[in-house]
Amino acid sequence: MSELLLGFADDELIIGWRDSEWTGIAPMLEEDVAFSSIAQNEIGHARAVYQLLSDDADALAFDRPPADYRCAPLVELPLLDWAHTIARRWLYEVADEIRITALMEELPLAAKINREEAYHRMHAEMWHERLRDEPRFRAAVEELWPYTLGVLLPEQREELAARVGLDEVSAVERGMHTDELEPLLEEMTMVRRSAPVGAQW
Amino acid sequence: MVTAEHVWAAFEDIPDPEIPVVSLVDLGVIRSVDVSDGRVHVEFTPTFLGCPALEVMKRALEDKVAELGAEAEVEVVNDDSWSTDKITAAGREKLRVAGFAPPGPRLVQLRSQVHRCPYCGSTQTKLENLFGPTPCRSLRYCTSCRQPFEQFKTI
Repeated sequence: MSELLLGFADDELIIGWRDSEWTGIAPMLEEDVAFSSIAQNEIGHARAVYQLLSDDADALAFDRPPADYRCAPLVELPLLDWAHTIARRWLYEVADEIRITALMEELPLAAKINREEAYHRMHAEMWHERLRDEPRFRAAVEELWPYTLGVLLPEQREELAARVGLDEVSAVERGMHTDELEPLLEEMTMVRRSAPVGAQW
Repeated sequence: MVTAEHVWAAFEDIPDPEIPVVSLVDLGVIRSVDVSDGRVHVEFTPTFLGCPALEVMKRALEDKVAELGAEAEVEVVNDDSWSTDKITAAGREKLRVAGFAPPGPRLVQLRSQVHRCPYCGSTQTKLENLFGPTPCRSLRYCTSCRQPFEQFKTI
């Protein structure tokens, strides 16, 4: 269970970080606000789950070597074009809903997280409706599909495939990392590593 | 000797750090107050998990209890016990008067999707953005009185 929760928290932290990269530079102001707000929620979810797993959530979030992170490779990818960014948001939210629904049976915190995620899903679905027939968006969904399967446990993937409307293929599994994770962590932990001992926030 | 009633009354003076027209009691984030042997145990439930005001709220609760001459133990409870239905009737009215459309009752709002303008009361409003300046707000526009406004999200 704690391995599963650590993977969940790491996914939320890292996708929150990637979403926050649109702050200030999204193609329209509404999306600038949306991505910033979604990022804030996802990182808040990560913090709450880390607090379940450890007395020092910051240490768990920031002080591990890259190989010890349990995030799925999907969330690590740096996506600098909008079609891929929206494709990932939509795919991640579809997968995340299946995962959170399963966690809610045992974990009251998951039900709380689910209330906030409802708004992420509305946002993702709105964009999916708008872009679903665009070739660039379709191509991005197909490219990210093997990564999306890796977000969920094998027994949850059939439902994911049905919801997304694609066939199950070989997944890019959790446990391996892309080359992108190390530079991401380097940047993400910079402030923490450079803070003087005893600094108060 | 401090009683739970004193503590509740004092907490009514603590404004929400981001929407100061409502107090933490109005928001419904204080789940319980227990006093024994001069120690005050407070159970506090966050609104949105990513809300940066959580630490400020927690500290404000501790400081307020200290003002009463007691020591506080504020326990943050991350279960599913808070929803926007916990905001009191008085709190909703304070939000509306300040130009924040209060969240509707959860079951009604999520089914009907009716959002009322806090200024003119019209239901002829449209969504501008699901997200706003803080995690708890959406942006809407009233086509009757042509006023943009902030909608407290129903969760």
